[in-house]
Amino acid sequence: MSDLHTSPSGESHGSVSSYIIGFVLAVILTAAAFGVVVSHSLSPSGTLTALAVLAFVQVLVHLHYFLHMGNGSEQRWNNMCFFFTVGFVVILIIGTMFIMNNTALHMMSR
Amino acid sequence: MAHDTTVQTAGHDEHHHESPVVFGFWVYLMTDCIIFGSLFAVFAVLHNQVNGGPSGRDLFEYKGLAEETALLLISSITYGFGMIAAHKNEVSKVIMWLGVTFLLGLGFVGLELNEFAHMIHEGNGPDRSAFLSSFFTLVSTHGLHVTCGLIWIVTLIVQLMGTTEIPERMMSKLTCLSLFWHFLDIVWICVFTYVYLASMI
Repeated sequence: MSDLHTSPSGESHGSVSSYIIGFVLAVILTAAAFGVVVSHSLSPSGTLTALAVLAFVQVLVHLHYFLHMGNGSEQRWNNMCFFFTVGFVVILIIGTMFIMNNTALHMMSR
Repeated sequence: MAHDTTVQTAGHDEHHHESPVVFGFWVYLMTDCIIFGSLFAVFAVLHNQVNGGPSGRDLFEYKGLAEETALLLISSITYGFGMIAAHKNEVSKVIMWLGVTFLLGLGFVGLELNEFAHMIHEGNGPDRSAFLSSFFTLVSTHGLHVTCGLIWIVTLIVQLMGTTEIPERMMSKLTCLSLFWHFLDIVWICVFTYVYLASMI
């Protein structure tokens, strides 16, 4: 009974093994990001793309293994908030960069 | 049978309102995410405006960055172990893991302050260029959040001392701090990738 009560009502929480899997993945991705930059094996734009991909994957790993985000019905509102925020931040960053670059271009400041 | 279903639906319904504290804290984190998003946007616009001063390539070092990243990453998993202990109601283990997390976080803040002091000492403070202003604003906002997290950890350790079990209220405090701490680690991923590594290419 108590088990039935705590597992669906408490926030979903990971086990030791899920934390360790997440940690190992995070370490590998972090090391890869450093490695790509230190080794200079890719072109500058290739390095930047690799970094962006590695960071994106690592954020997903953290969200899944450490913040325990999932698609359970009890997390619906958390997820809705999260996706709204992600959309908002993407518009904020891309919009800012677009507007400021465009302004700089018209002002001939660079 | 029918009785069973009602109990289940009631339990299910109840669940949606059961942890409003944790959900509310999640909403706060999302607003925090917007703050960091704005600061990243500012950095993205200003990172080339060095005003004849040093750029990221001249300033940043792999060693310090790797150490800071390692400390924060390890502190994430030690807090995770603390949460597992909390779910098992092992108070002394929770205190131990929170203590370890605190020390790792303290090490991170120490390294960061050391890096800042070094940069300011060499005349590359936030007043040097637009690039450095946006760099210091972004990175120190993250550092300030970590410092708040450290104060929060100490507060919870003190509250846990002398207790033998973890009540529901304490559990939601620990869960909120868990979200906060892991969220800060996610922000740090973006910082070390886009602020540090991307300018060292």
